[in-house]
Formats: sequence, C-alpha cells, structure tokens
Amino acid sequence: MSSITRDEVAHLARLARLQLPEDELEHYAGQLDAILHAVARVTEVAGEDVPPTSHPLPLVNVTRPDETHRSLTAEEALSGAPAAEDSRFRVPRILGEEA
Amino acid sequence: MTDTTTDLVRLSATETAGVIARGEASAADVAKAHLDRIGAVDGAVHAFLHVDAEGALAAAREVDDKRARGEEQGPLAGVPLALKDVMAQRGVPTTCGSKMLEGWRPPYDSTVVTRLRAAGVVILGKTNMDEFAMGSSTEHSAYGATHNPWDLDRIPGGSGGGSAAAVAAYEAPLAIGTDTGGSIRQPAAVTGTVGVKPTYGGVSRYGLVAFSSSLDQAGPCSRTVLDAALLHEAIGGHDPRDSTSIDAPLPPVVAAAREGAQGRLDGVRVGVVRELSGEGYQPGVEQRFHEAVDLLRELGATVTEVSCPHFQYALSAYYLIAPSECSSNLARFDAMRYGLRVGDDGEHSAEEVMALTRAAGFGPEVKRRIMLGTYALSSGYYDAYYGSAQKVRTLISRDFAQAYEQVDVLVSPTTPTTAFPLGSKLEDPIAMYLNDLCTIPSNLAGGAAMSLPCGLSPDDGLPVGLQIMAPAMADDRLYRVGAAVETALADRWGGNLLTQAPELQEKA
Repeated sequence: MSSITRDEVAHLARLARLQLPEDELEHYAGQLDAILHAVARVTEVAGEDVPPTSHPLPLVNVTRPDETHRSLTAEEALSGAPAAEDSRFRVPRILGEEA
Repeated sequence: MTDTTTDLVRLSATETAGVIARGEASAADVAKAHLDRIGAVDGAVHAFLHVDAEGALAAAREVDDKRARGEEQGPLAGVPLALKDVMAQRGVPTTCGSKMLEGWRPPYDSTVVTRLRAAGVVILGKTNMDEFAMGSSTEHSAYGATHNPWDLDRIPGGSGGGSAAAVAAYEAPLAIGTDTGGSIRQPAAVTGTVGVKPTYGGVSRYGLVAFSSSLDQAGPCSRTVLDAALLHEAIGGHDPRDSTSIDAPLPPVVAAAREGAQGRLDGVRVGVVRELSGEGYQPGVEQRFHEAVDLLRELGATVTEVSCPHFQYALSAYYLIAPSECSSNLARFDAMRYGLRVGDDGEHSAEEVMALTRAAGFGPEVKRRIMLGTYALSSGYYDAYYGSAQKVRTLISRDFAQAYEQVDVLVSPTTPTTAFPLGSKLEDPIAMYLNDLCTIPSNLAGGAAMSLPCGLSPDDGLPVGLQIMAPAMADDRLYRVGAAVETALADRWGGNLLTQAPELQEKA
C-alpha cells in the first residue's frame, strides 16, 4: 500500500470540504498513514469469489403506501437555519464572480 | 439530601415503576430525586450536556395525573431516563457532542423518543458523547470528557460514556445509547453497568443522527438485565419511518430475562470465541472472564470453544467501512440549513463557507474519519480498501453463522482492558481503536450483543464486562443468559457490582 502524503491530505481535505491550515496537513498525513497501514490487512484475506456485504439485512426497495402525513411547517424547517429570509434558507453566493 | 431521595435514586427501573404504581412515591418525587442527584454529582461526573428539569417534571406530572385518573400505564411509567445527545428530541438541544450543532433544537422527535413518551418514561436530559459517536472515551466530545464514577480520573468508555456514567452514578436508572462499533457495550463494561446492542434493525434509527448507517443501532443502558429488557421492549419493533427497521415481532426479551433470573441454563450451548483472548488482553480481565465461563458451566450450560478465524480482520474492516459511511453521512453538515455557519461575510462563496464551517465545527477525530473515508472511497483505492472491507464483512458473517450452528450464544470479554486514565490514548488513534476489538464483529454482522458486569479486575479493582453475542433476531438469548449470570453473581456478591463502587462526593 502506498503511503499518504501531505499533498494527498490537502486533496482529501478539499474533496471533503475541510479548510485545514497548512500545519495540520502534516499532522493528519502522519496519522492517516499510520491508520491506513494498520487496516491494510483487509486486502490480504478475501479472494475474488467472496461477495461484498454492504449491509447486514438483505433488503431491497422497501416501500410504503404513498399517503400524505403531517410534515414540518416552513417555520419549523427554518427554525435551525443559520440565516433565513422570506420563508427560505438564505445561503452565501453560489456562483463565482466570473459566472 | 434526605434518606428517602437517596433511596429513590438507588432503585432499579423495575422497582421505581413499582413504587410509583403503588403510590409510595409520585413520579414527580422520583424525577426530583434524580434531578437533585444530578445537581449533586454531575459537576464531577459530567455525564449530562443538558438537563431538562422542566420537561422532566412535566412528563412526571402527566404520569401522576394518569395514575390519579386510574389509567392503565406501562411497566416503565414514571421511570427517569438519560438520552444520548445523538437522538433528536423536539425543542431540546441536540449537539451530538459537536460544535457543529451547538444550540440546535430539533423540530421533531426521533421514534425512540416518541416511544419513550408513550411509555411514560421521564427524559431527564441529554448525555455526553464522543463527537458524532466517534470514539471510545468521550474525550472527543467538544464539551469536555465525562468521568468514570468508579475513578474520576479514568474514561467512562465511549462513545456513550455519558449514558453509562449517568446510570453508574445513580443519576438515572435507564439511559439510551447507540452502538456502531461498541458504543453501548464498551461504556457498560468499564462502568459496571448493563448495555445491549439490539439486532441491527431492531430499534428504529429515525431521528438518530447518522454516523455509519449500516452499523448504527440504538439500545438500552441500565443497572440490571431486566431493566434493559423492559427498555428494549419499549423502544424496539418495526417503524415504517426507518426503511432498515425489521418488520417482524420483537423477540420476547422481557420474558427471557425473567426466565433467566430463575437461574438455570441447562441445555444452553455457549461458545467461547478463541480469537477474542490472548495478546493485548489484561490478565485481570481474562481471569474474571474465565470465572464467568466457569459460572456458565455451573449453571448447566454446555461450554465449548469455537473459532471465528476472520474476527482478527474485523477491526481493520470496521475502520474502513465506518469512516467511509461517515464521510458520506456527515456531508449533510454543509452550513446551509441548520447548525453552525462560519465566514458568511458577503465575500466568501457558499463552498468556501462550507469548508470554513466544517473546519471550525468538527473536531480532530471526526476530521480524521471523514478524510479516511474519503480516501477509502476514492477512485483507485475503492476496490482495495472499501471493497476488501466489505468482503471481510461477508467472511465475518460466515464465521458467526458457522459458530451458531454449534452453539446458541457466543461469549468473550467486552473489552480487552478496564477503564484507562483520561488522556492516555488521546494522541494515538490506533490504541484508542483497539478498545473495540471484541465488540465490532457483532456490528459488522448485524447480530445482537450484551455486556454485563462480571467482576472487578484483581489488578486494578475496576469493572470487567462479559460480552454475550446472539444471532440476529435472537436478542432474547442474551437476556436469558445475562439474567442467569447476573442472578448468580448477585448472590455471590450480596448485590450488584455497583454496590461495590466508591461513593461519589455529593455537592451540597
């Protein structure tokens, strides 16, 4: 297994939307590398013929009757919002300047 | 504190419900006694993140009113309970031990809370936990660690250390925990209490903040096996709001606990898992475990050793599967609809606000796991890591299936060691992860498992947990065997293990 570099951690942090300071990248690189080496033994044991298990219950397409129930009011849904305006979630700008 | 209130907090849930039903104390008196106890000891224990005195007293008065009107009530009516802070309760702060959700008050109840309310259970407040249930010590809580009532300088286990400590410190006779890799059982083991991870799908996950959806399972924490069974029955069973909830009758857990308490286990086949012993296990833990196995034989059970050769890969598989699912589940904390928002100054874009918020709101263990999961799921590594881990999961389930052809239940120590000192493993994630060595296989396979006290380790005088495992939907076996062991040990000790715990200093 390859070892994990500081640059790879920076890439992972970007993918995971975590704005990490430079000094933390090195710290996490060491820890993630150690954890990945510790868990790499999963690759040693299972052959091609072993099917993967994604879930302990063999469930497929659980459905329920299509009936309406009481749901949250707009006020309830917005009750935890960091910012709201005109009964909607207010969010920071989504498009860049150039768009 | 008067003697009467001290007595009220020492009762089991079953006894408490009896006292209330017979009118010897009101549910309001019981709630007040527990709120007083929390006020007196929680400064030292820090089991609670939020105490809802007003809500608890209102719920208790409702039970008293119903009793006055002569209405029929359930077996836990008026019994106080501590709720792990990962469960949504309408209008009550629910933080998951994270700054990300500081101050968030859910606009709805989880199904577990709905069922507790219907059962007349009095919810005292929300308990401390490792952030988003990731950890084995509660030290990853953003609000400070919980302290083990047996020794305040030691960890209470995690992630549900607050729930277990609340029960062990007589702040509540019952608590709700959640168990993804051992977060109910490991805290139970190190605090000398009882904790059960029901069969996966046995208790609804609706309103349980998700960490690893194919593993997460809510369950009961208590001081006795029968109390755990009553709570299990109150919260368990099919819920149409959780598509992974099992649509079948709940196993007869309460009847099994009562049967087990009769004492004999003739005809029960017990398997000792060979792989869950040896290197890394504290000698005192192994000694108490072997004595518990001897006791099972004395009670009439047939004990054999069984091999589960792939259990040695369980920890590795878990620390790929759980982080992978967490990296996806925790993507919902995007600073848009609820929770923390940082950097919304008109300059930063939504994506930048998201990244700034997540960096500020998540602690180091959550960040580690999100990045680990992101790595394990990324193209080029997916097959090697996540794919292999899923195959190991299959092999572990096969090990269980083969073992259960020979035996009814499996046993092991719950944890390799007793409670360790606070701070001693905080900087070493791998050492911390090893706490879950014995508990993880049941989560991966989806079976049921219990931890109950089996004595104090002779090397440090701290509680040791016996783990009992059963196949999916055979939760009743845990309760039968657990109650038999509990009864025999209580006879031997002259009471349950917690009666040997040091008295906590009460603040006047």
